[in-house]
Amino acid sequence: MTSPNITSTDSMRHVVIPVAAVLAVLGIALSSSGYVVTLIGFAAIYGVFCTGLNFFMGYTGQASFGQNAFAALGGYGSAILTANYYWDPVLALLVSMVLSGVIAAAVGYPTLRLRGHYLAMATFALGLITYEISIEWNSLTQGYMGLSGIPPLGIGKYELVSEKHQLVVLTLVMLVGVWVSVRLRDSRFGRALRAIAGSEAAANALGINVARYKLAAFVVAAVYASVAGSLFAHFVGFISPEVFGASMVILSFTMLYLGGVGTTWGPIIGALIVSLLPEVLRGLKEMQDVVYSVVLIAILIFAPRGLSGLSVLFPRKQTGQTKQAEKNA
Amino acid sequence: MTVLSVKDVTVRFGGLVANDAISFDVSEGMLAAVIGPNGAGKTTLFNVISGAMAPTSGTVRFNGEVITGLPQYEVSQKGLVRTYQLVQLFKDLSVRANIMTGFHRVTKGGVLAALLRPRWFKEQEARIAARTEELLDFVGLRAVADMEADKLPYGQQRLLEVARALAAEPRLLLLDEPAAGLNMQETAALADVIQRVNSQGVAVVLVEHDMQLVMQIAQKIVVIDFGRKIAEGDPAQIKAHPEVIAAYLGGTEGLDD
Ligand SMILES: Nc1ncnc2c1ncn2[C@@H]1O[C@H](COP(=O)(O)OP(=O)(O)OP(=O)(O)O)[C@@H](O)[C@H]1O
Ligand SMILES: [Mg+2]
Repeated sequence: MTSPNITSTDSMRHVVIPVAAVLAVLGIALSSSGYVVTLIGFAAIYGVFCTGLNFFMGYTGQASFGQNAFAALGGYGSAILTANYYWDPVLALLVSMVLSGVIAAAVGYPTLRLRGHYLAMATFALGLITYEISIEWNSLTQGYMGLSGIPPLGIGKYELVSEKHQLVVLTLVMLVGVWVSVRLRDSRFGRALRAIAGSEAAANALGINVARYKLAAFVVAAVYASVAGSLFAHFVGFISPEVFGASMVILSFTMLYLGGVGTTWGPIIGALIVSLLPEVLRGLKEMQDVVYSVVLIAILIFAPRGLSGLSVLFPRKQTGQTKQAEKNA
Repeated sequence: MTVLSVKDVTVRFGGLVANDAISFDVSEGMLAAVIGPNGAGKTTLFNVISGAMAPTSGTVRFNGEVITGLPQYEVSQKGLVRTYQLVQLFKDLSVRANIMTGFHRVTKGGVLAALLRPRWFKEQEARIAARTEELLDFVGLRAVADMEADKLPYGQQRLLEVARALAAEPRLLLLDEPAAGLNMQETAALADVIQRVNSQGVAVVLVEHDMQLVMQIAQKIVVIDFGRKIAEGDPAQIKAHPEVIAAYLGGTEGLDD
């Protein structure tokens, strides 16, 4: 934060404790069996995806039901470039990122002039169209069959062959993603996004170009989604259209709202809990999406700020100023 | 010098003429008021001036430059900043964060600057933080700086909106019914803030129903009724104006309330 009266308690709450928790989870995963490693790996990947989505839906307060399109772009981009053309995974990831950003800007420019339901529908269509393309463009994507033989992450000769090594990298990428998100939030850019979420009328009156900042948030979210897609491709070694289908939208919404939309660590908390749910709900099979949807609705009704919103239940040490504030209220 | 020049502004909503060829000028550093009964067209006029709405015809000049047809954010960027009849705060943000957001117009930097944080960025953030504290003192909200805007009593929300607008360092400030819903003390505090802003050289135009407030602080008053300007002048002239008296006696409000 840029406010002058930042206390060390604040940095404990917002940095030290969450990072320690992430590392603890990583530690547990590294000393566990393969299946847990996979689940935590998914959590990290979804953590990246949701942190990006949070820019658009949390900070900026807009709805996008089509961010899976950019995960697909990243995933297919990385898969095709590395498996078919033997590119370096990092280079393929970066190129896919840029491509996703450019496409997000091109698609977002006309779309983001729409408001409310229209924007939601347009983004949903974007996800569907991408899904169709990934099925129909057989020569490139091999349709329903999907692409396999995607190499694991690595640079040059160094491949992260073991899943555990990959998990360490995934966690680091996720932490960098959160760090970037915090840095952008606490800046003129981030304040403009949050102004739009708070009141477009007021944002306009303060000279904020609402359409441009919405577009920027959309592009940032798309870039995160693309990275998540690329990471997924390398982590699993296989992708198909289903991976980036509509259930990804439901899943990420559940994560975002469960953890706390608009908060820094909420998307990560949500991603972790929801990723571990399959373990808990294993018996449900096809019913899983239904359960996620029910959870999502329940959160929206009972805890609209998500689990991190519930932190008000834990009284925080008050600074002199807040105490004063409450007295004056 | 003339800061704001409104010329023949007409706004039609279907058959309804909300603004009927309204013209008036505001000179530099002036504190002016637009008054008129409910539905007279005051907010519509503000919408046109601030660029929130294009007029059916007519022009608005700001510092001599035609601004009609520009998107609102561009008008704001030129230094014409407004507040709204219904408070438009960033509810979930703290009072301090609300004010910090106001500096958008007078600062620079996007994604890259936020990420790399070069020295000028840090200096700018420090300046914003310092100016924010000054503004908190200016409007007397220092004690509640860490509160969520939403939790403030209504009177302080109004003050916060003004403080946030001031962060944008306007040359002309439009206030749409800033005292609506305020009690007498709150109104007095607001009047004091408005006068101090004005004394720093910022031109102010306010729409207000509180006649006592208007008569006390405005140097120039424009009266509109059914979309038409029926009078313009200083408080003494307006009080004595026959058409104004008629408009107000015909309506539900008196000039002395
Ligand atoms: N977007 C709109 N579409 C149609 N009619 C409108 C619109 N905005 C305002 N009006 C009408 O124009 C007239 C002027 O409205 P306006 O809000 O400008 O009045 P006002 O002087 O600000 O009133 P108040 O004192 O109640 O705020 C009213 O009859 C109103 O119903
Ligand atoms: Mg009005």
